[in-house]
Amino acid sequence: MSDHGQRPRRSGINRQGVAGWIFVAPTILILGLFMFVPVLMAAWVSLSNWNGHGSPLETGVGYVGGNNYVAVLNGQGIAGRDFGTSIRNNFYYALLVVPIQTAISLGLATFVNRRALKGKAFFRTAFYFPSVTSSVAITVLWLFLFAGTGSVNSVLSWFGVHGPNWFQDSRGIFQILLNALGVQTPANPPASLFGISWWEWVAGPSVAMCAFIFMAVFTTSGTFMLLFLAALQAIGEETDEAAMIDGASAWQRFRYVTVPMLRPTLFTVLTLGTIGTWQVFDQIYTGTKGGPSKTTLTPAYLSYDAAFTSQAWGRGSAIAFILFFIIIVFTLLQRMILGQADPTLPSRRDRLAQRRLSTLARRGTTKGA
Amino acid sequence: MLIRRSAPLGLIAAGAAVVLTLTACGGNSTSPTASGGASGAYTKTTNAITVLIGSSGAAETSSVQAAVAAWAAKSGISAKVQVASDLTQEASQGFASGSPADLLYVSTDQFSGWAKAGNLEAYGDQLANKADFYPNLVSAFTYNNQFYCAPKDFSTLALVVNTDKWKAAGLTDADYPTTWAQLESISQKLVAAKQPGLVVSNEIQRLGVFVAQNGGSLVSADGKTATVNSDANVAAYTFAKKLLTEGAAKLNSDVGAGWGGEALGKGLATMVIEGNWITGVKKDYPTLNYKVVELPAGTQKGTLEYTNCWGMSKDGKNKGGALDLVNYLTTTQQQLQFAKDFGVMPSVKSAASDYKSQFPEMTAFLAGADYAQNLPAQPGVAAVLADLNSQMAKLKTSDPKSILDTEQSAMTQALAG
Repeated sequence: MSDHGQRPRRSGINRQGVAGWIFVAPTILILGLFMFVPVLMAAWVSLSNWNGHGSPLETGVGYVGGNNYVAVLNGQGIAGRDFGTSIRNNFYYALLVVPIQTAISLGLATFVNRRALKGKAFFRTAFYFPSVTSSVAITVLWLFLFAGTGSVNSVLSWFGVHGPNWFQDSRGIFQILLNALGVQTPANPPASLFGISWWEWVAGPSVAMCAFIFMAVFTTSGTFMLLFLAALQAIGEETDEAAMIDGASAWQRFRYVTVPMLRPTLFTVLTLGTIGTWQVFDQIYTGTKGGPSKTTLTPAYLSYDAAFTSQAWGRGSAIAFILFFIIIVFTLLQRMILGQADPTLPSRRDRLAQRRLSTLARRGTTKGA
Repeated sequence: MLIRRSAPLGLIAAGAAVVLTLTACGGNSTSPTASGGASGAYTKTTNAITVLIGSSGAAETSSVQAAVAAWAAKSGISAKVQVASDLTQEASQGFASGSPADLLYVSTDQFSGWAKAGNLEAYGDQLANKADFYPNLVSAFTYNNQFYCAPKDFSTLALVVNTDKWKAAGLTDADYPTTWAQLESISQKLVAAKQPGLVVSNEIQRLGVFVAQNGGSLVSADGKTATVNSDANVAAYTFAKKLLTEGAAKLNSDVGAGWGGEALGKGLATMVIEGNWITGVKKDYPTLNYKVVELPAGTQKGTLEYTNCWGMSKDGKNKGGALDLVNYLTTTQQQLQFAKDFGVMPSVKSAASDYKSQFPEMTAFLAGADYAQNLPAQPGVAAVLADLNSQMAKLKTSDPKSILDTEQSAMTQALAG
């Protein structure tokens, strides 16, 4: 790289670099103004006692350190209990939605990818349709479908099942199950994690939350199906045929050939799914506003509610940043698990060795030439 | 190497510059003017007035628009009405930007928080008809002993009876319950006659009437001490629980109705506890026949009231004009017009007799004005009420006392600031 002959080329890079920066400047400016600056301001608000009057940057707005974060995380009072409840709700929501939507979207993708399937285009459009519909519209539709006397319960009644009043039912599904098994709801269980009792943690998502879980699976499976479909088409027929010649059954080909090759896509889908489920807001805002009994309260909605309704702007921003860290942690965790579980993927050390080898090889060819 | 290092530095510099510019903007646009509370009249300028409202529908929007336009023509100050889809959010954005709407609807839930934050102007003492407003409405919009804003209108809760179901159960006009004991026995009679009984939603905004009727309240009269778990309140909630467990009363959610009016219209309830907005139910259920009577009394007569005020922004540019507009909008005549257009109750005493003669079927609601209680609305209390409601969902299966004990500590904390 320190050759004499390289000098004129380097100034070329320089000119290109300037041109490049000019081209990306509008985007950087817009992103900076509408994302970077607001994020910094929100970070400041989360450390301040701003009350919503005037700009948070003007004099008179006090710095309160981590007080807003403590108020949310210490599990004391309504602020702490609400945060604990929202984490509980959203945890179960993510825990159920992410695996189910991933499995269904993978299933749908393999289904519409089949060569023998007639009307492929129709199915692809049909499955993708819920994803492009506004989530507000779907929420309103859901409120009607899952009303106490709604269509879902009418269909259930054909099978002799007396459906619950979905969006009014605050009982946890595991609680219903445990009660059915004879385990009584304890009268006053002590608070454990984040100010809510172990029984509330065990109770699971409420019936109302389950309706939202169905909705999330219904709407997002189509999007992820598209990602899987693109990845499946990139794999090509040859790999499958090679495995077939080796005598692998259909299931074996799917499990040991297709799925491992889909790993990067799987990571994308799981990551996007995790982020999406932890940010759930529109459905709650238009649907239940956190009810019944706060069982559909999520951190994203709680952040909005604390800021706009309770005028606790610092606390609202603090919740938003805690949510941000939760998402980062889960994404890293997923990356770690998916990265380690695959022996076929090269480790970091292998990759470095490989790069060194290829560099050597390139030098060899340059010298040779 | 040089390029690679300098580029991010430039970016950071640019970002810092933007932040600094924003800071400067923020500082300039809302330079602290510190207008000393309610001293002296406001100056009237020719600046246009913006009125931000959260409308219940087309009838309300056009009525307010017409009134504001009439004032604009009379005063020569241009004024326009903005209808918010989410009033709290849009008002908050205005307050933070430093150029909020001059006048806006303010609910009791938001009032004290906004007053505390310095978003609202305390102009109440300068109102032309200050003495004419109902005293308990004035106290609802008083914060730190300052009367902030003119009550726009108000509603009270009363007992609304489906008269067809009433007759079907063999009951007459003489049977309307006036005591708790009668409420219970009548409900049981209805259930025995295979008719639905009382249907309520288990939120403090409705069940709170029992608290008021039992002489209880959630905070002390001076608003400084939490009295959530007082004996009177526990007894009131225990009575409500008794009605629910013995089947005399049911919850909206149990019968699958969104609100009392729907339960009444669908024939799922014979009696509901609702406010004067019940008139809107005729649009959805034209064949429904109902009658409004005063709520039965416990140890005393009691009901709850709800109100909004014409909040004036502290950062408004034409406070003199805004005050003039509020004076116009709260006159007896104009309030009766609003009552006629979209069914609200005038907030001034001088409109009572005209209102009664024009809307005789609504007298029970107006009668409530004499003994109605406001739910507490100090900063932070709305969250306690919301939490109380979420706990009360378990009223049928849990002990009212233990729920109220939890909320007592939450309320004490909220009142302490």
